Order: sequence, then structure tokens, then C-alpha cells
Amino acid sequence: MSSELTRMTAAGLSAALASREVSATEVTRAHLDRIAAVDDRVHAFLHVAADSALEQAAAIDERRTAGDDLGPLAGVPVAVKDVFATRGLPTTAGSRILEGWHPPYDATITQRLKQAGAIILGKTNMDEFAMGSSTENSAYGTSRNPWDLDKIPGGSSGGSSAAVAAYEAPLAIGTDTGGSIRQPAAVCGIVGTKPTYGGSSRYGVIAFASSLDTPGPFGRTVLDAALLHEAMSGHDPMDSTSIDAPVPPVVAAAREADVSGMRIGVVAELGGEGYQPGVLARFAESVELLESLGAKVTEVSCPHFRYALPAYYLIAPSECSSNLARFDAMRYGLRVGDDGTRDAEEVMALTREQGFGAEVKRRVILGTYALSSGYYDAYYGKAQQVRTLIIRDFDAAFGQVDVLVSPATPTTAFRIGERVDDPMAMYLADLATIPSDLAGNAAISVPCGLADEDGLPVGLQVMAPAMADDRLYRVAAAAEAAFTRRWGHPLLAEAKGL
Amino acid sequence: MPITRDEVAHLARLSRIALSDAELDHLAPQLDQIITAVAQVQEVAAEGIPPTSHATGLTNVFRDDEPAPCLTPAEALDQAPAVEQQRFKVPRILGEV
Amino acid sequence: MTETLVPYAEATERYEPVIGLETHVELGTRTKMFCGCVTTFGAEPNSQTCPVCLGLPGSLPVVNRTAIEYTIRIGLALNCTIAEWCRFARKNYFYPDMPKNFQISQYDEPLCTDGYLDVEVNGKTVRVGIERVHLEEDTGKSLHVGGATGRIHGAEYSLVDYNRAGIPLVEIVTRPVTGTGADAPVAARLYVTELRDLLRSLGVSDVRMEEGSLRCDVNTSLAPPGAPWGTRTETKNVNSLRSVERAVEFEIERQAAVLDAQGRVKQETRHFHEDNGTTTSGRSKEEAQDYRYFPEPDLVPVAPPRDWVEQIRAALPEAPAKVRARLRTEWNVSAPEMEAIVNAGALDLVRQTVAAGASPADARKWWLGELSRHAHETGMELAALAITPAQVARVAALVSAGTLNDKLARQVIDAVLAGEGDPDEIVKARGLAVVSDEGALTAAVDEAIAANPDVAAKVRAGKIPAAGVLVGAVMKATRGQADAARVRELILQRLT
Repeated sequence: MSSELTRMTAAGLSAALASREVSATEVTRAHLDRIAAVDDRVHAFLHVAADSALEQAAAIDERRTAGDDLGPLAGVPVAVKDVFATRGLPTTAGSRILEGWHPPYDATITQRLKQAGAIILGKTNMDEFAMGSSTENSAYGTSRNPWDLDKIPGGSSGGSSAAVAAYEAPLAIGTDTGGSIRQPAAVCGIVGTKPTYGGSSRYGVIAFASSLDTPGPFGRTVLDAALLHEAMSGHDPMDSTSIDAPVPPVVAAAREADVSGMRIGVVAELGGEGYQPGVLARFAESVELLESLGAKVTEVSCPHFRYALPAYYLIAPSECSSNLARFDAMRYGLRVGDDGTRDAEEVMALTREQGFGAEVKRRVILGTYALSSGYYDAYYGKAQQVRTLIIRDFDAAFGQVDVLVSPATPTTAFRIGERVDDPMAMYLADLATIPSDLAGNAAISVPCGLADEDGLPVGLQVMAPAMADDRLYRVAAAAEAAFTRRWGHPLLAEAKGL
Repeated sequence: MPITRDEVAHLARLSRIALSDAELDHLAPQLDQIITAVAQVQEVAAEGIPPTSHATGLTNVFRDDEPAPCLTPAEALDQAPAVEQQRFKVPRILGEV
Repeated sequence: MTETLVPYAEATERYEPVIGLETHVELGTRTKMFCGCVTTFGAEPNSQTCPVCLGLPGSLPVVNRTAIEYTIRIGLALNCTIAEWCRFARKNYFYPDMPKNFQISQYDEPLCTDGYLDVEVNGKTVRVGIERVHLEEDTGKSLHVGGATGRIHGAEYSLVDYNRAGIPLVEIVTRPVTGTGADAPVAARLYVTELRDLLRSLGVSDVRMEEGSLRCDVNTSLAPPGAPWGTRTETKNVNSLRSVERAVEFEIERQAAVLDAQGRVKQETRHFHEDNGTTTSGRSKEEAQDYRYFPEPDLVPVAPPRDWVEQIRAALPEAPAKVRARLRTEWNVSAPEMEAIVNAGALDLVRQTVAAGASPADARKWWLGELSRHAHETGMELAALAITPAQVARVAALVSAGTLNDKLARQVIDAVLAGEGDPDEIVKARGLAVVSDEGALTAAVDEAIAANPDVAAKVRAGKIPAAGVLVGAVMKATRGQADAARVRELILQRLT
């Protein structure tokens, strides 16, 4: 019974909870049991909030009994990336420098999840300060891919992705700055969305790159991701970059799942060299599939996309070098070396030396360089111009088609330890996902099969203009339905890791 | 133009990170490689192209000048490494800004 | 190291000063620049903070609309152009009083630019160019513990209070001011005074230098006449109008000595010392800090609609300069007299005293005379004296009514300043009223005549001036509380 509950989708659980077939407490317990059974191997969670989760569940059950009107996510468990401030729960951003920090406030999204009645199971592992593509940069050990425990679960939201793929939670939230939701989703064989930038609130999200960070949903199905997307998104007056417009109708689009007549563009620059043959093969099949479902497919060129990676690795580090300056041992977090003989600057430097990992140090130093007087124009300034050109490429493309498609990642999940000492190789994992972060438009990764070489999941990326998030779900749901018919079962059923 | 070990050391100081010599040896060549790669952006012809600092196109987002609840001193100081006289106690600061 | 100085007059004979001022104004908004914490001065430490102004991880700023409005008001009053589109920028540096270790400020896109403020300096109008007016957030405040003076040097540790962090700060930067010659220090002080009065009239700040809601940094450079401008130094910790003047004076004297010795003035930040009017070397500005400015990604651009700007312009109050011109006419005073009033910091006080019923002449007399002397003696500003315009007006009224004479009035004023209460209370309590009872006066007169027969004889004989002695005797007997003129009348009546 318990294992059945953890195999259910969020939509399924929602219906079962609404019809009182099952209680929130039972659902929560089932997932806590699952976590206890497998998380020593997956290491998706940094903190399991068992007590508070059961309290929340009990409260939902009471309200349900009392006949309160509860939303679709009431009683549905969710895992929260440790980048979101959760009042009273530890929030580390995967870093030593915030070890033991308990925020005195909730992120807006945390509040919205609570208001929706979702049950927060705990905080999931991540690359430190969201910098990475494998979760190996976490100060608290890496998470593992449920498909193969020797493989990375992706990053930086690797913990959230692994938790959902391992059935530890039906839903999870993460953040996507260069691909940190879509890439983990792709390599774990689940669905992950980067909403339109500004479509989901950043208030309470520990900042990596302010103009790129986008909170978003993970789910095992497109509909599940849509349900979470809708619940967590929307305007927030506490976030000045938040868009004041209704959330696009993502759930309705996921249910309609009809792509007939839609114009789909294959991005020429996101494929070819550097992409694993098995990934390209599954991608090509996806495109054929969409055509067979009634979409019109053309090839589209976005010539400046090949500069997206270098532009990103200038803009993101620049912003993060500034965002991370606040971690200085003065007001919270780690303090090292304060023995009465050292001055504030020394204590700051010693603390940051010990509190930050190698990747964070690299990016902070890189960012400081790119913003320095004398270098600003050639580096940061130039990167922001390239960004404009990428936006224009997207605008031109969306003038011809409704959505763009590409493989979500160049390769399937690579081995743990394989790229961790080679930053440039690691950065390549984000080749296909970065352009949407720079432009701020919406993008999703949906499973489209397993690569022949290694039997590991491949993700199909769909990209839509800003505020047209619903198109993502329309296309992804159609593909998912068609694929599931073809496979006879959800892709995840083939995961052998656990 | 490659970045030298000394420049990396200088940047680390600016960033208030006390890199050890071993780390410096390890990070400097990596940074050199990365900077060379990201310098690719300079290949792009961008005469007259405005930089994008904000992708949303939003302007004039304001709040009213109305008080909102704030933290109590206890909450604000709760996780301070050191507190004295209801203030954050910090090591001695060298020199005025 | 004591600095060599060239006496001021000499220094300004051989060198031309160029000055510049950077003024920071704490806006009087109810809440902070980027969050809803209140801005009340003097609250318990760290009782007015939130995740935003503490810079907690995950927090985000949201712009206070009123702060923008106030800044536009200031810009318009300073004849500036208001930007059609501008952004905030991050100024990055590490310092414990800055929670984020960057300050949200404005860099190359200030909200207001290219204005001016006219200042009357010794009968000449000096047009001080305003380069820019921009908005930023204030920092927290540190207490330095363990050192001798409570200052940073020698301190063992510091204690930081973030109540002030995030309060909106407007920075007003002048263009270099040339051509003031020996009047440079006075011009600097008068500029700050005029600016302060203007800001107060706009209702955007309480502009109290002693509370830190108006802060000034003064730049001074010196060069031989006709030569290119010299190297400038920046002087901080200038906490009063008088200090502005003294700081410029000292820098002129110091820099003249350096130049005389064929030395090079070091480009640096100096610290002004209230106690002895000197400046000492602070941080060297030679290694200019690289703040790595970039547009603040957490805030979107500010593009004030033109109709909003015009609304603000239409609602601007009369500028102090216009008020003064109008009052000059109303009070019928000359320009130098008006300047004297303004110089003494008495304008508002005189105006309020007139509003309370005194004549302009009386109001001026008391504020520029007795009260200015008092202020000077105690080292206080006029406005800080423990007497209100209403009280001064009352005293003037009592004199007009004949209840007090000048001497008694001064005693009453002293008593008010000493905290003994209102003028009427004091007159009653001390029995200071002029003796107006004719009977008592006549009796006193008769007594004096009887006590001084020789003098009385002289007066009878036609030596009228001798009456003065008798008047004096009556005044002494009545402890000065007689109307001297009436006493004289009575004496002459009696004896002639």
C-alpha cells in the first residue's frame, strides 16, 4: 500500500486525497518511509523534516474532515531545493558557509506551497550556491542518479531531481539559472521546467545570478509539473523583477496535449558536434513523433547561440561575485579565525576560504575579474550585448514558429567524478539549456527515451516565448502521451538503479 | 591575454578569499583556461547593440511608503556569530572607508 | 606630525582655491529605501530591520516610490534635468556596516543632472553648479570599542547596528566652484546652508547635521592664479556648518604650505577634527577603489513619466531665495542686512517671530543682537537656543506696552534661556515689571531729590543734565524697573 502511494503521480494522489480514499498523513508517511529506505544510497535530501511534515499533514487532514475547500496540492508531498528559505528549517544552499543557518523567514514560494497545503518533506541537495551541473559541488556530498547510482543526477538541482526519480517525492522544486532544472530532469528521466524569468518569485531564493535564476517544478509527468508550476508561480510584490500578469494556463495546456497545427522549429545550432549519438537519435525520433501528431516542423537558425555559453560564464559569475559578497562571517553563517588577534578583513577572508568550495571560488574570482575597471567593457559589457543578440535570435525564430526544440543536454548522465576536475568539460552540460536562461523565455525538458549506448534517459527540450509557458506543456504532454503509448509504460519504470 | 597567478592572487584578495598557495597553483591555470574560453564573446560584432541588463522589459516597479512588520532584535541577532549590547559584534575594522 | 600652515590671508593672496561639495541627505520617508522598515531616529539597536535591509540570503529590494518623488523634487528645486530612464547600480566593496557588501546606488545614470543653486556671498551671487543628484541606501552604524577615542584606530572590536541600513540617501554633488578666492570657506558654508534651507522647505528631510541626516564632504584644491587646478583632497567628518567653513580654511592654509615648499599635495581623504579645526590624513585616494559598478539586476529601470515630473514641479514650494527676496521687501531691509540675518541662521526665526506678532525691526534686533551674542558665547546655533520665536515676540510686545524696558527685557530673555519659564511667568515671579504706578514713581523721585539736595539745586538752577544723576538714583532704587524717560519727566516737573 505504502509503495503504491509513492508510485502514484501527484495528480493521482490529489484525486485520492480529495475523495478521502487516503489521508495526507498516510501519504506523507509512505514517502518518509521511502526516503528512509533509499536515501542513504541516493542522498537526495540534506534535511528530512519528518516532524513538521507529519504536522502539516495532520492539519490538512483535519481541514479536509471539517469540509474546508482545499486546492489540488493539499496533502501532496513536495521536496524543496535547499536554495529556498524555509523558516525554521536549515537552509544551506549546499554550502559550508551556511551550515546550521535557519532563516527567520520563508521564501514566497515556500509560503505559496504551504498555502496550497503541499507537504514539505525536506530540503534537497544541490551544487553549492547553484553552481554546477552534477551536484558534485555540494559541500555535503553528491546525490546519485536513481537510474545508476554511479552516475550524476545532474545539477544544480540534482537532489530535487533524484528525489522525484527515486519516488521519494512526487513533486519537487528547484531553480534554473543555466539549465539547473532541465538538465537534471533530462538525465534522471523526469519532467522539469524553467518558467519564464519573472514568472515565479525569487524572494527568498538564495541568489546565484539574479538576472537568470528562475524557480521551477519537477514532476514525473507533465501534468504533475504543470500542477506545481501553477501553484508556485505568479506575481510577487516582494520581487521587483516579478511579472505582474496571470500565470499562463499550463494545466489546461497539459490536459489538452494537442499539437496539431503547431509550428515547431529545430534549432540548428543545438545539435551536431559535442552531442552524444544516442541523444541525437532519440531527439530525431521525438521530432518525427511530433510531426506525426500534426505539428509542422522546420529547421531554424539561431546563429548567436554558439556564444551563449561564454556569455553565460561571464554574466553569471559577475552577478554571483556580488551576490556572494554578503557571506562575510559578520551577521550569520560560518566564522573562522576570530581569535581576537585578527581584524575583520582577515576573518572574512579565512571564512570564505574555508566556507566556499572550489567552483564557487572560481566563479567569484572570475566575476570579480569580468567586472573590474578596464575589463568590464570587453567582458561583462560584451556578454550583455551578446545576450541582446541571443534575445533577437529567439524573437526572430518565434516569429516563424510557435516553439523551438532541441535535445535538453548534449549527453546522458556522466559518471560521478568524471568531470569534477575539469570545469570547462562540466560547463558543456549546459550547452542547450543556457540560451533560454539568457533570454528569459520558458523551457521544459520531457523524457523522450533511453540512449542506445548506455540505456540512460534522454530529455527533449521545448522552448517557448516569454509568458507562453503553456505551449511547453501542450507539446510536452503530447509527446509524453505518444511516447508512453509506444513504450507501454512510463520511462521511469525502467530505472534499475534502486 | 592569459591571466597570471599574481593576478589571480590579487583578485582573490579583492574578493576576500584567503587562497592558499596550493589552491592558487590549482585555480590559476583553470581560470586562465576559462577566461580564454569566455573571451570568445569578443569575436561577436556588436557595434551599436545595446546591452541587456534586464530581460523582462519591466520599468517603474515601486512600493508605497508604508511600514511593514520587521524582525525583532532577537530574530535579527539570533544567528549572529557574536552579539554584544544588542548589536552584531565584529572583529576590529582597519581604517575608515 | 603637525602640519605647516600658511596664514590664511597670505595663502589666499598667492593661491586660488577651488572647492566642491558632496552632500548626503537622509530622506524623511516613513520607511526605508528598499523595504518597509520604519526610519525613526534613535530606536533600540537592530529593532528596525528585516531580511531585506539585513541583506539576508534570498532577500530582494523594492523601490520606495516616495523616495523617488522626493529626489525628483530635490532635482527640480536645484534646476536639474530629470532622467527619462535610469537604473540603480551596485557599488561593490566590503565593509561590516554594509549588509550585502555592496551598496545599491546610482552610477552613470543618476536620476537628476545639470542643475545649479545660487548663493549670495558677500554681496556677490555665486552660481554653484550641481553635477548630479542620485539615490542610494544608507549603511548601518558601528560603535568602535576598546580604543581611546571611540574611533576606529586602536579599537579592539566593533558593534554594528543596522537600523540605519537601507534608509534612503540622496547624494548631491556640485561641480567645482571657482572664483570665490578668499571667500571660499564662507561660500562653502553658505552653499550648505542654502541647500539645507532649500531641502527643509521641500519637506524631504529634517536635515539635521547633528543627527546625521545631512552630511557633508568638502573637496579643496589650490593653485596659483591662472594655473591649472591643483590636486584636490576630500575632507570628511564635517558635522556642522561652521566646520564646513573651518575645514576649507584649514585645507587652504595647509595646501599653501605644501605648495610653497614645492611639494605635491597628496590626493587623499582627510578627517576633520572639531576640537581644533584641523584635518588629518585618512585613507589615501591614490589607489582609487574599483567598485566594479554594474546595473542592479534585482531592480528594474526607473523611467519617471513626464506628467508625474510636472505634477511634482507644480507642487514645489517657494524657494528660500524667493522667500528672502519677498521678506526683504516686506521688512524693508537692505541686501547686506538680509545677508546678515541669513548668515546668522536667523531667517526662519525672525520670520516666525514676526508671524507671532513682533515687528520686523524688533524681531531682527533681538535675534541678531542679544540672542546671537548668547549663541556665540555658548557655541550653540541660534535655532538651538532654549527660546522660541513666540517667546521673543512676547518680550517685544511687553516692551512696546511699556511693561518692560530694554534692560528688563534682556533679564527676561536670560531667564527664559535659563529655563525659568515663559516671559509672563518670569515677569510675575521676579516682579520685573516696569514700575508704572505713578504714586510709587513719584515717591521714589521725591526720595531721590531729598537724598541729593545739591544735585537738585543744580537742576533747579537750570543745569538740566544734572538730572541724570537723579534719574540714576531712582533707577537704582527701583532696581532698574522704572521707565527712565518717565522718571526724568517727573524729576524735571518737580524741579523746574
